[in-house]
Amino acid sequence: MNWLIAILQGALFIALAPLLAGWLKYCKCRLQNRKAPSLLQPYRDLIKLSNKKPVVSDHASWLFITAPYLIFSATALAATVVPLVVVDLPTSASADVIVMVGFFAFARFFLALAGLDIGTAFGGMGSSREMTISSLAEPAMLMAIFTLTMTASTTNLSGAIAHVLNEGLVLRPSFVFALFALILVAVAETGRIPVDNPATHLELTMIHEAMILEYSGRYLALIEWASQLKLMLYGVLIANIFFPWGISETLNPKDLGYGLVAILGKLALLAIFLAIAETLVAKMRLFRVQEYLSFAYLLGLLGMLSHIILEASR
Amino acid sequence: MILFSAYLAVLLSFASGLLALIIKQRQLLQSLSNYSFNNLFKNQFQQQAWVDKNLEIKHFPAFLRQAVFILLGLSGLFAVIAGLGVLLSNQVITDQIPLGLPWLPWHIRFDCLSGFFFLIIGIGVFAVSLYGPGYVRSYKEEQHPFASLGLFTGLFVAGMLLVLLADDAFMFMIAWELMSVASYFLVAFQHEHAANRRAAFLYLLMAEVGALAIILAFGVLASFADGFTFDALRESKLSVTWSSIAFILALLGFGMKAGIAPIHVWLPEAHPVAPSHISALMSGVMLKVAIYGLIRFCFDLLSEVQWQWGVVLIILGTISALAGILYAMMQPNLKRLLAYSSVENIGIIFMVLGLTMIFMATGHPQLAALGLLAALFHAFNHALFKNLLFLGAGILQHQTHELNIDMMGGLIKKMPQTSLLFLVGCMSISSLPLFNGFVSEWLAFQTALQVDVLDNGVLRSLIPVAAAALALTAALAAACFVKVFGLIFLGQPRSHHSEKAHEVQNKFMLAGPALLAGLCFFVGIFPSTIIHLINNASGQLLGQTLPNNNALSWLWLAPVSAQQASYSPPLVLIAALIAAGICYGYFRRNPLTTVRRAETWDCGFGGLTPRMQYTSSAFTMPFRRIFEKVWIIDEQIHKDMKGAMNQDVSAVHYQLQVHDHSWPHIYAPIAQGVNDLARQVGRIQTGNIRTYLGYSFTTLVLLLWLIS
Repeated sequence: MNWLIAILQGALFIALAPLLAGWLKYCKCRLQNRKAPSLLQPYRDLIKLSNKKPVVSDHASWLFITAPYLIFSATALAATVVPLVVVDLPTSASADVIVMVGFFAFARFFLALAGLDIGTAFGGMGSSREMTISSLAEPAMLMAIFTLTMTASTTNLSGAIAHVLNEGLVLRPSFVFALFALILVAVAETGRIPVDNPATHLELTMIHEAMILEYSGRYLALIEWASQLKLMLYGVLIANIFFPWGISETLNPKDLGYGLVAILGKLALLAIFLAIAETLVAKMRLFRVQEYLSFAYLLGLLGMLSHIILEASR
Repeated sequence: MILFSAYLAVLLSFASGLLALIIKQRQLLQSLSNYSFNNLFKNQFQQQAWVDKNLEIKHFPAFLRQAVFILLGLSGLFAVIAGLGVLLSNQVITDQIPLGLPWLPWHIRFDCLSGFFFLIIGIGVFAVSLYGPGYVRSYKEEQHPFASLGLFTGLFVAGMLLVLLADDAFMFMIAWELMSVASYFLVAFQHEHAANRRAAFLYLLMAEVGALAIILAFGVLASFADGFTFDALRESKLSVTWSSIAFILALLGFGMKAGIAPIHVWLPEAHPVAPSHISALMSGVMLKVAIYGLIRFCFDLLSEVQWQWGVVLIILGTISALAGILYAMMQPNLKRLLAYSSVENIGIIFMVLGLTMIFMATGHPQLAALGLLAALFHAFNHALFKNLLFLGAGILQHQTHELNIDMMGGLIKKMPQTSLLFLVGCMSISSLPLFNGFVSEWLAFQTALQVDVLDNGVLRSLIPVAAAALALTAALAAACFVKVFGLIFLGQPRSHHSEKAHEVQNKFMLAGPALLAGLCFFVGIFPSTIIHLINNASGQLLGQTLPNNNALSWLWLAPVSAQQASYSPPLVLIAALIAAGICYGYFRRNPLTTVRRAETWDCGFGGLTPRMQYTSSAFTMPFRRIFEKVWIIDEQIHKDMKGAMNQDVSAVHYQLQVHDHSWPHIYAPIAQGVNDLARQVGRIQTGNIRTYLGYSFTTLVLLLWLIS
């Protein structure tokens, strides 16, 4: 039963990801006084892309064609270990939060390789920048996550969230720092403004788009879906770790329903915040990103230290 | 029986070395065989034809090379058998061999720790022996005689195995020197280039300085003990000061061999110049012997570890790991890059050993066992994937005559099998899930996260920072190996050689790396196979095994407790296969959407050339700007001007050199100091016989005075 719920929840996660992207776009359009596309537009795009004949460069190797499947599967696996609606997930025992970060690294590794495969300047540029940003973001993210795992003394995400739930509403300085660190990292890792702009195809600024420039058809669909999934994943992480209230602790349908409504509400709210931030803030120069990320790292470190100094029971 | 296979492994490696010597004695052998077949056996053996064929001038060198490597491979195989035997039966075997001085026999002790390192060496040597015959064929006999290569390879392997067996300081040092000196000759094998001789000399110098430090460390211990056997040294009662001095000396000695920053400088010089299978052995296996020495010295011989030593190890390890990977990233030479990456991995191992020491010293032996598990597991993994990558680099050099990754490209289509094996190596070293590197990194994180049990607030805040540095290291390693794989195998060929490259013909050259790649994957999926073995070793060494032995099944990895952390690689693999299968099936359901091949989009300008691709220095440019202070960067841009006003640029020359800080800041002052000192000493050497007689007289008087 548990496993069935876990699989269903993973499928729900994957199915909802484009909706979140649509909602984000809707909020942004409204904030910028534009007419918004339908919330279902991302689904239509994915269907359209997957029904198209993909065009692949002559120079592409098998890696270019395999990479989208690997990227999508790794991101989907990461999604199955994060509690979305219900806390107690058997899948989060088989892969803890460090493994989840490992899945991200796995997807990124192949994405960067795919960028280098054709041998165009854009691909190399995107890969180089992506690896730079992610290698600075990963320690910041782990710092924030370690604060959580040390508080809960488990790296199992289900266990950690259950711990936060049982503690009730306690204001922990370490969690405030960790929350801000994780938000900054999430913005960088999902390629949003001010680090990267998902809507641009301008040579000098693009990162994620530069790597996937050569993809088309179903391959593009997979990669787009994976990045929507990643956005939602970070949203769920932030929502369920720091504000876990509402998530279901049992398997009865009523609680599950409440859990679903709660997470949808939280995500919708987070997306509104993100849309406001994206509208207000301008994109940074590439070499300012290090300062941004080292600030995130510093916040993570402060969170860790305040956990050790202020909170650990000694 | 176990000890017998260990001895057999040593003897076989000696034998392979000696066999290589007879390559020059073909005619002697021929006449010997003629004589024996004609006179002694009276032509009654069928084998004569076979022997004669192999003794012909055409076949003999190839036959001998194969024979030498077969013996070496058998040696590796027996080392694996011996190691597995002692690890599975969980025993300690001791023995004495009446070698050396009559009243000082060699003491032998073969326990689980030695057994585990026997396993590492055995696997490495076996893979190299599969790979070797194909690789050494390209050396010209007149210039690079196989006799010396084979002899010193045999001695080198034998030396490493003997170090692990040693149970007294004498034998340990003799074996250690055998290993160091034999590997010096291997580094100097292609001695026609001055740079190679210089690298080899640097290696020898540092190896000997390190050996001196180790001798002194043993000396400190021995001065408080009666005798030089390890049993006596274990009994010695040292004050904290003296044991700290011994620890610092041992750290210097073993650290120099292992290559932690800042005493790592021989590694990036020596690894690129040695033949590839030797660099694989040196980097994959010999560095582990140094780790073995440090573990044996600190946890076994020194009776009590201090937590301050752990802090030293953590700091050194963190610096090595970060510096190693950052320097690796900047290298265009593949083998130099791999050498620096060894510095990184050794740094990680030191860091985790430091954690082990801290937990041991503060009275948490179970967590210490977890740390030792992570350290030893990472040592094992590093041996596998670094060996694999060096052998891969050897194949690339063999096929493209290049080591500069900026000159390669597009090899995934020319060398599909090599590229797949290399990809496995890159994924393992970048610690991606499902491969072995990830498991040891996961264990290292789990160890670091247990820091809450410590009382000391400084330690509790230092260790998470070290863990974050470990995360940064892993992320940088992933970036570095994306660069390596991407530039070598993907894109389009950047040089004529890589355009003309093709897959290796000799399948055995692929078999060695394939074995290692298979093990990387297998250990990544079923890590408990190895963890059980290490658990025995830590049980013997620390007297304590993992906190949670029950949770060590083939399916689950939960070293502390199932509530705290668990990881199940087989389940993850199954889930990954299912997920990939579903999306593969789903997205290919429509037959109309078959792939169409077309030219790469070139923005309509026409003519994409391989020169437009990102190069190594371009790929790492963001890192170069962000971590600017880490290197000494010498970047020169020179523009050729033309046209009427001399304002049009006709060509741009770009030069980039990245140097190591340790040379001008540590080694150059030392060299300068030694020179100055020598000059001062030179002053008393007047060259005048009367002065020297005066010195002798004064010395004599002084000595007489001392005696009386």
